[in-house]
Amino acid sequence: MNLVDKQIVQKSMGRRILKNQLGRTVFFLASVFGIAILAVLFYRILSEGMGYLDWNFLTNFASRFPEEAGIKAAIIGSLWLMAVTAPVSLLLGVGTAIYLEEYAKDNKMTRFIQMNISNLAGVPSVVFGLLGLTVFVRLMEMGRSIMAGGLTMSLLILPIIVVSSQEAIRAIPKNQYEASFAMGATKWQTVLRVVLPAAIPGILTGGILALSRAIGETAPLLMIGALSFIAYLPENVWSGFTVLPIQIFHWTGRPQEEFHLVASAGIIVLLVLLLLMNSIAVFIRNKFSKRS
Amino acid sequence: MTVNVKNMIRKKQTNRFFLRFTEKAAPVFFLLCAAISVLTTVGIILTLFVETITFFNKVSFIEFITGTQWWPFGRNPSYGILPLVSGTMLITIIASAVALPIGLASAIYLSEFAGERTRKVVKPVLEVLAGIPTIVYGFFALTFVTPVLEMIIPDLPVFNALSPGIVVGVMIIPMIASLSEDALHSVPISMREGALAIGSTRLEMAMKVVVPSALSGIISSFVLGISRAIGETMIVAVAAGATPKLTWDVTESIQTMTGYIVQVSLGDVSYGSTAYYSIYAVGMTLFVFTLIMNIISHYISRRFKEDY
Repeated sequence: MNLVDKQIVQKSMGRRILKNQLGRTVFFLASVFGIAILAVLFYRILSEGMGYLDWNFLTNFASRFPEEAGIKAAIIGSLWLMAVTAPVSLLLGVGTAIYLEEYAKDNKMTRFIQMNISNLAGVPSVVFGLLGLTVFVRLMEMGRSIMAGGLTMSLLILPIIVVSSQEAIRAIPKNQYEASFAMGATKWQTVLRVVLPAAIPGILTGGILALSRAIGETAPLLMIGALSFIAYLPENVWSGFTVLPIQIFHWTGRPQEEFHLVASAGIIVLLVLLLLMNSIAVFIRNKFSKRS
Repeated sequence: MTVNVKNMIRKKQTNRFFLRFTEKAAPVFFLLCAAISVLTTVGIILTLFVETITFFNKVSFIEFITGTQWWPFGRNPSYGILPLVSGTMLITIIASAVALPIGLASAIYLSEFAGERTRKVVKPVLEVLAGIPTIVYGFFALTFVTPVLEMIIPDLPVFNALSPGIVVGVMIIPMIASLSEDALHSVPISMREGALAIGSTRLEMAMKVVVPSALSGIISSFVLGISRAIGETMIVAVAAGATPKLTWDVTESIQTMTGYIVQVSLGDVSYGSTAYYSIYAVGMTLFVFTLIMNIISHYISRRFKEDY
């Protein structure tokens, strides 16, 4: 008795296996696509920008001549911006996360706040720029200052910090709370001395990643009216300013080919800065993830 | 000695007062922090709404949503938003054509085919791609992708819809890949084992069992990706040009809603002019578009979520 025709089975199996191989290859190519693009992008920018990247590039102000153009004002401006954004966004973000995780009751208002935060994360950055332009620059009369830019950036990255801080707080084992309460600590003492120290690594990791988003963000600051051509350093938070991405944007918009090379050099500096921040974040994550 | 003890007691009491105060004040402070995020939303909506109303006092609403000419700077300004919407749609469609298949395919590969070692290489690369500032992508579109496309399409203008569209697609690939992979990953292993046990190949298992089971998560990742593409600003501002045009020709220079907002904020449009208020009307349209997409995405992932 021969219920199965082996030849037919083999024939159709062969086709199915071939299809399987084909699908596997196509999917593989798709996932390699990203790596390929990244490689081309890095290669292009390094090969174009390296020629202009020297000490003078870091210490010169912007200039009409590509050979003399530098990013001093942009780097200092980015640092100033971070000096405003980092404390404001961390304070608000961690505060919100502590409220939602530790104090809020599970009611409609809490769910509304939570939903509101996830919606804010999906708002295009240019809309935050409109908010900053109207509220900070015009309504509060901060002008086109570092303060206005920093506050706008803080609101932009707030949802990222809230969500990552919430995750960090949620990951703390329940028995640590129980131990703290059993020792007679109050809620606030527990939050301050048990929850925060345990969540700090996670909060910092998320915070640094959020700040690295802010450092690369261009559109909202263009809206605020960050300058592109300044030959002085900001003196305080009320000064006009420029940042790296905006400087790069203006060089990119120049018709002269040389300025594109200068823009590449600027991009290298920006990417190195981001790489540095990301490695710090990964370092913190790896160093502390074993403990908890 | 007795004085000392009294001192200690007094100290303890002031401490206790301080403690009681912070105990009460802390939740209030944290609630205020949380209120800021709600205020931000209120601020966005109010800002857009109030200034848009001002705009509609000068330009009729009907003209705005049905007009086919966007010409805000000339002597005879015309404010019909359709060219900006079509520009945005064009970029979004090109980006989706690039990002949806590639993003989903890499998600399937990572979740169903790849070994641990491949995952360890590809996932961080995707994270790096996601972390690259959009201005860098814009520069890449203008100085690399456009010249490459010019080799294929000889009379391609410097500013066109195709190049930034493709690059926006590249930008949202990581997002779609990682969200889709999460969705695929949450399909229980027993369903895969079942498929393999009845003799299906890996591809059949992936396409006929795993992907359909994770469909809600995949589609919601698509919608989120499209919403990102609609709101993307710098890539189109750099590489798409500034000529609002009602066209479906991908080789032409166009302008998106975000591109227009940036253009106005760069130029010296005087505060209080109609052109100045028009960015709020455009911003409002953009906000409504992305909000609807985000709500759809939430709805899909919640409504059609399969709990295993």
